[in-house]
Amino acid sequence: MKLNLLYFAWLRERIGRGHEIIETDAETVTDLIAELILRDPGYEAAFEDISSVRVAVDQNLVGFSTSLASVKEVAFFPPMTGG
Amino acid sequence: MIVRVQNAAFDFSEEVNLFQAAAKYSGAIVTFSGIVRDDRRDLDYMLIEHYPGMTESALEKFSAASKVKFDLEHVLVIHRFGVLRPGETIMMVATASKHRKDAFSGADYLMDYLKSRAPFWKKEVVLGQPDGAWVDATVTDEIALKAWSN
Repeated sequence: MKLNLLYFAWLRERIGRGHEIIETDAETVTDLIAELILRDPGYEAAFEDISSVRVAVDQNLVGFSTSLASVKEVAFFPPMTGG
Repeated sequence: MIVRVQNAAFDFSEEVNLFQAAAKYSGAIVTFSGIVRDDRRDLDYMLIEHYPGMTESALEKFSAASKVKFDLEHVLVIHRFGVLRPGETIMMVATASKHRKDAFSGADYLMDYLKSRAPFWKKEVVLGQPDGAWVDATVTDEIALKAWSN
């Protein structure tokens, strides 16, 4: 399946891009992260401390065990600092 | 209920006047504005990044929830993104209800959600430095948020 991936703040900086479209068979967010880490060291640096990473699936905040079935967009970012 | 996410500066007083005109029968209005802080007087600018699409829907969701929870009659949220200099207004919320306590609580609730659950990230760039540092989320913000579900 095709997935639209978005990265924000220091995850974007470590990965070196804010957006990409990938072809993947990952079943969950955790599977997807494991797959990305194998691609290049930038992803490894971005995901090295998973406790400081948040994930949104189709623009809703979710946990890492969330299924990617029929998902179109996955975004990774640090804890939010609005206001 | 009005939610705006924008790069452009806005006039706080003008927004409050417009809000009050729309909420003229409400009785109580509370407003809050967040300003770019510069404790050490060495900040060049703050860069605010956000997630277009999710930001708007998250703010609309929190505004709608605050209206129901605190019996608010009107809610306004404006949040800026991009490069902001010290002293500039980052964001504001305004709430209107029949009674003071609901208006205060509604604004407080909105701010707690906005700080920790709206997809914004801040980077502070100090004068003379080529790059800045991302602002970390704080534990106290997360505790403040949890208090609302108790």
